[in-house]
Parts: sequence; structure tokens; C-alpha cells
Amino acid sequence: MKNPKLEMKQDCAIDQSRRGTLKSLAGLGLGTLAGSFGIGNAEAASKVTMGFLYVGPRDDYGYNQAHFEGKSAIAKQSWIKAVDQENVPETIAVQKAMESMINLDGAQVIFPTSFGYFDPHILKIAPKYPEVMFLHCGGLYDAKKHPKNVGSYFGYIDEAVYISGIVAGHTSKTGKLGYIAAIPIPQVLRNINNFTMAARSVNPKITVQVVFTGGWANPVKEAESANSLIDQGVDVLTCHVDSPKVVVETAEKRGVFSCGYHADQSKLAPKGFLTGAEWNWSKIYLDYATMIAKKQKIPNLIRGGFKEGLVKSSPYGKAVSAKAKAHADKVRAQFMKGNFVVYQGPIKDNTGKEVIPKGKGYSQTDIWLESMDWLVEGVVGKTKG
Amino acid sequence: MAFAPFLIPLTALLLSLALFGVFVSLAGADALAVYHSIYRGAFGTWFSWQNTLVSAAPLMLTALCTALPARLGLIVIGGEGAMVLGGLAAALTGLVLIDANAWLALTGMALAAMLAGGLLIGLVGWLRHSRNVNETISSLLFNYISIAILSFLVIGMLRDPETLNKPSTHHIGETHMLGALGETSIHWGFAYGVIACVILWLLYKRTTFGFAVDMIGGNVRAARLSGLSVGRNIFLVCLMGGAAAGLAGMVEVAAVHGRANTSLNAGYGYEGILIAFAARHHPLAIIPMAILFGGIRAASGLMQRDHDLPDATGLVLQGMIFILLLASEAVFARLALNKGFKA
Repeated sequence: MKNPKLEMKQDCAIDQSRRGTLKSLAGLGLGTLAGSFGIGNAEAASKVTMGFLYVGPRDDYGYNQAHFEGKSAIAKQSWIKAVDQENVPETIAVQKAMESMINLDGAQVIFPTSFGYFDPHILKIAPKYPEVMFLHCGGLYDAKKHPKNVGSYFGYIDEAVYISGIVAGHTSKTGKLGYIAAIPIPQVLRNINNFTMAARSVNPKITVQVVFTGGWANPVKEAESANSLIDQGVDVLTCHVDSPKVVVETAEKRGVFSCGYHADQSKLAPKGFLTGAEWNWSKIYLDYATMIAKKQKIPNLIRGGFKEGLVKSSPYGKAVSAKAKAHADKVRAQFMKGNFVVYQGPIKDNTGKEVIPKGKGYSQTDIWLESMDWLVEGVVGKTKG
Repeated sequence: MAFAPFLIPLTALLLSLALFGVFVSLAGADALAVYHSIYRGAFGTWFSWQNTLVSAAPLMLTALCTALPARLGLIVIGGEGAMVLGGLAAALTGLVLIDANAWLALTGMALAAMLAGGLLIGLVGWLRHSRNVNETISSLLFNYISIAILSFLVIGMLRDPETLNKPSTHHIGETHMLGALGETSIHWGFAYGVIACVILWLLYKRTTFGFAVDMIGGNVRAARLSGLSVGRNIFLVCLMGGAAAGLAGMVEVAAVHGRANTSLNAGYGYEGILIAFAARHHPLAIIPMAILFGGIRAASGLMQRDHDLPDATGLVLQGMIFILLLASEAVFARLALNKGFKA
């Protein structure tokens, strides 16, 4: 078995001398009025300036909040200046927002956190600012194709989803779990498959019903799907949408259990919240800031799971049994050691076709897993139509 | 009172800025510093100006989709749908013409986009005239249908398998992309917007067609009695409005994304409605209004970054400007009557 190890390709560095732009911009303004405005570029000069862009609101209890929490954690450091912008659409607006952070705030490193910011937006702007580093959340970097001042980072959050699946499997009484997902793309399918296999490792009779809502932020459909799944007898719900808030709240209101995603939603469901898969961005953001401050080279690609500290599980809720905790903790310890392989054959998809033969295993870092287009046995749902 | 048409909106603008200052002070920010950020982010440097103009580009075209039919007394809010379908049609045409030369491909894409958007809003006009379907409701619903068609096709049969986690159509090819204006970072969409506003203003101001449209807007029965074909004119005006929004979709595909995907549905169509009303449906007034609103869009980021204000702050400013502009019209009309002015 191959350990999922933190990949680091070190072939690029950041030039620290972006001060020219700052100085030339500092003189702008409304003439005499300018003096009274306390927008200090001077203090920024001694700090590491980082810019963050989110596609949704900072407080969405989900994907964007996870990044905002990461940013807020590092912003407490006195030597870091972190600026951020929420609700930036995946249009030319994000190109302009990135340039504005560079030109007006003097950002040395930009974190465009939404998947859709990469192509074409980052790829278009990065070559214009070779001394600024663009680090994209999504793990798309390809040294052959992409500019050197671009990098990407991503976590194997499906490991944490696997842990949620174990807890869900132990907790469910009806044997029916529900998964509300945005669209059938590889990343989402991998989470659904992990969740299902984990639950079925507890009880092979468990089924997971999937509903695709068709969009990342579709609260009305998310609520409708949650209600209809509960009506069908589902007693543990989880989801992969930008904000799990609606799903978790609906589950709580209807008296069923829920597993969270992206950030910690335990506050939203004090009774039924079990655990959840969370990102742990504060660690990697601090690592990046330290590298910049020490003028070290920034690796172009960083990926990792539990072991590398990029993902974590939400604290267990009240309803989680001691047995479930013990089982989940045991598997997590294996992930921490890097010797747990989720995709170990034989594995069939939910049409009965064998997708991974006996004896064949795909470890976490295997690129084949990133083009996943099938649902594992036990999932009720289809990826197409 | 020759300055009146400029004086009133300017006063409304200053009033809304003052009101906005009160708002941000209540939100805990320093109002003067916020004004400075808006100025810096929107108009303070050539870099900011380019941001503003790029943001304004699609807004001019989508505003025309509401402004043109408004002269007939119709309230059409289908700019978003027309833009989405226009972008989709442009991407498809771009893929069909992928081996053609760039001029032919871009012309084909623009025409296809205008046709798609035009037919959508044309249908709204036809339904209104022939079936008495309320145009506001039908155009609103057509937005949802258009967005659903787009998602269905880009997630389904038109999807480039390479676009794993962000479903999109295939790329139209880098050589067929619409470039920037000269040395700037402003794409051609801005020029399209200005040209469209000027041409349509001339059309309304200087041709019998424009006169006919104003007449129908003024009094349908009188227009009919004068022998004007009301249905045909409604259809044509809606067709032109939809074509403008469709062209905005083509610009998004050809100048920004290179593909059609759900990013086409970014709210430009809805913001266009606001601009059309703020410009009182005057094609030329749309240009400065779109630049003003584009500037607020461009500055909204700096307001967040400098002052920790939420993103919605920019929307609050837009809303204040919008309401005060519309209210100022009514207030002035009353003042003018009282003082015996001829408005």
C-alpha cells in the first residue's frame, strides 16, 4: 500500500518586492481630503499581505465559511494582513477583484477559493503579475500547462466523509441514509461513495438515497429534497452543497440525524447532529504565510487528508454511541497512519458492474479516482438523467 | 431650466450618497473613508476606471432589453434569460465554426446570440399582443426556463468531458476569443454596449419607426387608428431588446469564458432592469447609469476589504440611488406643476 503523502513540487518562488505598486498608489486620492482617511498602506509594507476571494457569503455555515475561518485564524497574527471579499461570481468580476487586491492592497499572494475561479480567470491574470502567487483551492495545478506563479491546494475530505459514514451507519435504525448533492461531478460522487461504503462496512444492508439538486446553492430544493427523503424513511441525512445549513436544520426540525460538511454545523442541530467532514484551512494558510515571510519557495501543489492536517471531523454529537465512536476513531487512526485504502476491490457500482476487481486497490492519491463517474453498490440514484 | 434634466439626477445622487454615509456610519464604518474607498475602487485610477467600464459593459446591453420595450409601455424583465440563451447559442455557433476564420466565427456567434435572445423576448412580445399574456410574468418565467435549459445542456449532452468539476461546453478556441480594446484590459463588449445604445437612440429619435413606437406607447388605440401595425412593432421592439441582451451573452462567452456554463447566469440581466429604470428607459442615459452602477460593483470589493463591510453594502448603495432617482422624478414633476413650469 502506498501512503497518501503530501506532494510538494518546489519549483517556484515569490518575489517579495511588490512595493513599487504600493508606493505609486499611495499618492492617489482626493487631494487635501486624503490625509484624513486612515487607510494605511504604510503599515502593510512590513506585513505579509494575503487576499482571499469567496464565491458565497462568509457566514454560510459551509464552504465559504470554512475558508473565512481559515483566513480569520491567520489574520490574528500581527505580521499578516489578510483582506477578503465575499460573493465574487465566477465571471470577469473575479479577475478584477484579484487585480484590485494586487494593485490597491498590495497583496503578495491571492487565494481564489472557488473551483470555477481557475480556468479561465486565474490562468488569465497570473501571467500579468509574475511576482504574485495565485494559490487555488481545488488541486488543478499541472506543471506542464500552468504558469509558475500558480499553485493549488486541496484536501482529501472524502476521508472525513468516510468517518461520517461510519457514524451514520451505526446510528441509523431504518437502514436508509440520504445524501443531498449539488451536481454529479467526480468530487461529489467520491464523497457519496465513501459515505456509502463506510456505512455499509457497519451494516451491509444500508442504502443511501441520493438527490442531485442541480446547483451549489439551491436552498429551496435542498429543503424539499430533505423533506422528501425523510418522508421515505431516511433517518440520517448528509449533503454536499455549498451550505449544509438548510439540510441540517431541516433534519433537526423533522427529528432525524444529520452529518455535516465543509464547516461545523453542530450549533444548528444540537440534538441530531452526529459529526461532519470539515476543512482545516487555517493550518495551510499559516504554512503559506510562514513560507512567504521566510522567503521560502512555495510548492505548486499541496494535497493531503487527515494525516497532513488538511481535513478534520466535527466533534461528535450527543446521539453518537460509544461503539460508533470507537469504530470511527479506529479508522481515523488508520487514515492518520496513511494505511487505509477505501477503494480496495472488489467493488461493484450500483448497476451491478464490477468497477474495481478483486486484489486491485486505488490509494488516496491515485489520479484515476479523480475522474469518478459511477456510484457504488448501495447507492440509490443515477449520475445521469 | 436647461440644466434641470442633469440637476435633478445629480441632486438625487448626492442625496443617496449622504444617506449611504449615514448607513455605513450606523454599520460602524467611517463614512468619509468609505467614500474615499468608493472613489478609489471605481474611478480613482486608470486601473479602477477599467474595472468600472468592464463591469458596465454587459449592463448596458441587458438594460436595453428592458428599456426598449418600456417605450411601448411594456415591462420586460427577461434580460437574464435572453443573455443566457444568447451565450449558449454563441458557444454552439463558435463550436460549429471552430475551423472558420476568427471574423466569420465571431460574426456568426454574435448573430446567433442576438437571434436567440431576440426570439425569446420576441416571443414575450407576441404572447402579450396575441394571447394577452402579461409580459412581466412571462419574461420572468422565461428566465427560469432559459437557465434550466443552459444547465441541462452543459451538464448533459454539450459537456466537455475535460471540465470535470465545472461542467461547461467545449472551448471555442483561443484564436476566436474577443480581444481587449487597444492596450487596455477592457474587452470589446464595452464598445458593443455604447454602440448599441447610440444606434438605438438614433433609431428612436430620428426614424418613423421610433415615432411609431412612441405613439403606440402613448396610446395604442390612436396608433391603430393611424394605421400602425401594433403587433408587428411590439414584436420588433422586443426582438431588438432581446438581441441586445443576447449579445451580452455572446460577449461573456467570447471575451471572458470561452465556453458556455452556468457562470452566464451571474445576475447581469437583473441588474440591467435597475439601470433601465434609473435611466428612465432613455438609451443614451443608460451609458452613464451603467458606468455608475458598474463603478459601484467595482468599488464594492474595496469597501469590503478596507472597512470589513459585508458585500451587500454595495447593493444598499445601488438601492438608495435607484429609489431616490425615481422619487426625484415624481417630486420634481409636482414642483414643476406648482411653479407653472412647462416640463
